[in-house]
Amino acid sequence: MATHESWHARDRGRRRQSGNGEAHGDGSLSRALGWFSIGLGLAEIAAPDALARLIGIPEDNANRRMLRAFGLREIANGVGILAQPQESGWVWARVGGDLMDLAFLGNNLRSEEAQPNRIAAAAAAVAGVTALDVLCGQRLAQENGASSSTTANRPWSRHIHVRQTVAINKPPKEIYGFWRDLRNLPRFMSHLERVEVQDDRRSHWVAKAPAGRTVAWDAEITEDQPNERLAWRSLEGADVDNSGEVHFERAPGGRGTILRVEMRYTPPGGVFGAVAAKLFGEEPQMQVRDDLRRLKQVLETGEVTVAEGSMALTHPAQSWPDQSRRIPSNAAEAGR
Amino acid sequence: MKANCWHGKKDMRVETVPDPKILNAHDCIVRITSTAICGSDLHLYNGFNPAMQPGDIVGHEFMGEVVEVGKGLQKLKVGDRVTVPFPISCGSCLSCQRNLFSVCENSNPNAGMAEELWGHSPAGLFGYSHLLGGYPGGQAEYARVPYADVGPLKIPDELDDEQVLFLTDILPTGWMAAEQCDIQPGDTVAVWGCGPVGQFAILSAFLLGAERVIAIDRFEYRLRMAREKCKAETLNYAENDVHHTLMEMTGGRGPDAVIDASGMESHGLGLAGAYDRAKQAMMLETDRAVALRQAIMAVRNGGTVSVPGVYAGFIDKFPMGSVMNRALTIKTGQTHVQRYHRELLERIQKGEIDPTFIITHRMRLEDAPHAYQIFNDKQDECMKVVLKP
Repeated sequence: MATHESWHARDRGRRRQSGNGEAHGDGSLSRALGWFSIGLGLAEIAAPDALARLIGIPEDNANRRMLRAFGLREIANGVGILAQPQESGWVWARVGGDLMDLAFLGNNLRSEEAQPNRIAAAAAAVAGVTALDVLCGQRLAQENGASSSTTANRPWSRHIHVRQTVAINKPPKEIYGFWRDLRNLPRFMSHLERVEVQDDRRSHWVAKAPAGRTVAWDAEITEDQPNERLAWRSLEGADVDNSGEVHFERAPGGRGTILRVEMRYTPPGGVFGAVAAKLFGEEPQMQVRDDLRRLKQVLETGEVTVAEGSMALTHPAQSWPDQSRRIPSNAAEAGR
Repeated sequence: MKANCWHGKKDMRVETVPDPKILNAHDCIVRITSTAICGSDLHLYNGFNPAMQPGDIVGHEFMGEVVEVGKGLQKLKVGDRVTVPFPISCGSCLSCQRNLFSVCENSNPNAGMAEELWGHSPAGLFGYSHLLGGYPGGQAEYARVPYADVGPLKIPDELDDEQVLFLTDILPTGWMAAEQCDIQPGDTVAVWGCGPVGQFAILSAFLLGAERVIAIDRFEYRLRMAREKCKAETLNYAENDVHHTLMEMTGGRGPDAVIDASGMESHGLGLAGAYDRAKQAMMLETDRAVALRQAIMAVRNGGTVSVPGVYAGFIDKFPMGSVMNRALTIKTGQTHVQRYHRELLERIQKGEIDPTFIITHRMRLEDAPHAYQIFNDKQDECMKVVLKP
């Protein structure tokens, strides 16, 4: 089907555009550091005595043990970096290891059999590597915050990319109309608390986060083809960078509409990142799939399906319907 | 209120639980006047459904008086006397619009779970585990009924509860099982399983034009009811080889249509039965399919296999070769009760069908645990238990 192909073509184009970071300069620096870690680690494990001689520390049992332990740490770190060259966390771990190495060297200076000149040289080398690690870590953190990477959802990844479809027994125009009034979104997107519409393009979104917190952002409509396509993205200063788009496609045989939704969330590092990464719970694809199910229920039956014993109600992002309050029957009510 | 709650394998308990409340604008609350135990409840009783939680209220065959209505309801009023179909159907999705009510696209809030197991989710059901929505069931004093303008059927005062209670499930189930056979006048139909659904399937097959119906079971009291009340010819599989006897009875052609009203707990004697039981014990098979296999092998070439019997997971040794090479049709599904219950109510009013003959036990809701036990063990010639809260 033409529209389905164009959907995929657009998607492939986007993937090529943003790249997967492999060709990026700092991707290759972090990989180099990864291989360096592994190499150093192997040396520390296989030949601790030779290494001890090289860096001027006494060849005693304690040092041998420490070097071997450091070796294991280096290898683990290196493997982590090579597995996820774009994750700044692994590179920052190297920095921690470097500081440990420096402390170790400093400690050995006190020993009688130490050779201070060699230790000093080793420390300078470590300091140099530390500088590289810090540089790389900073660049990666920046990059991850700014990019709209289409990395697949891995449990430990902070990039959330979701694609889901649903068939709804209503014409595209009706569904477009409902979605275009962004105040309606919290009626089926369980992670959203409210959306305030400011003008034709701009809106303010507030999302629920664990422990009763909220995250917020301003957004603008970037594409609006009535009854066909809608796209939006968050503006500068967003707690969580994100963008989304929805396609409305007439289902074959006039049997309603096929909705295709794609959303991307790229939270920054730090506390906000950990919090925002949980916006979609543990299973973003499932969460959005359930959101679209709720949209279908609201549009087809006028209400969200609930059952007292349903597990849907025990999901952290869901809330028990307040029986003293009517389920909002329109956007204005939902916005309050 | 009092309700019958599942607490584990062969452990039903009547307990005091909170009353249900209106949650959505199209809900109603029904005060239950009569409720029954279904053969498929026995699958829950025997621990075949892993999505049950201790405390779940069971039961999906219930009727009563509407005592509260949600603000969105147009047709239903407080005081209406209704039977409630066991599948919960929204009436607005494509499936409901096509009269496929038991596969409503909106009524299972746990659709994701069902999709994992079956590829897509069917409708939510009353009292039938969290896989199918986690809705509290109707072996209780009250129940919340969603989409109350779509499901509940108003019952005229002149009919007793017992005359109409089975419109909730088993009468439409037997009817649909027979209708799916695509019976031509003069056909021969064979029915495996002479429980309540089997009895109604036999009845329905005759009403739809069958000339001969052969009822298969091993309990003499069930075969007797099939003979005396439903005018079937009977076959006791504990005493006869089923396939051989059916061929003798039909001159080698086989029945034109066959109905598997037995389902996943199909009991088999001999090697076939032992094979299935062994595989189940080793968790290599979830369902037993002795009756289904026999039915497929027996039906005539080009015939129809109708399966109202409930299956949950996977079966082994399915005779696909027989199905394909002999051009068989298989029709199945949970009952689309809402599609049939009006027509069947009319037939009851006209006296064409009197469903009360299958009731063998009348008890109070408090006796539910005992009722499950005698129904499951087929003691005391138990056929159908009706409970009064």
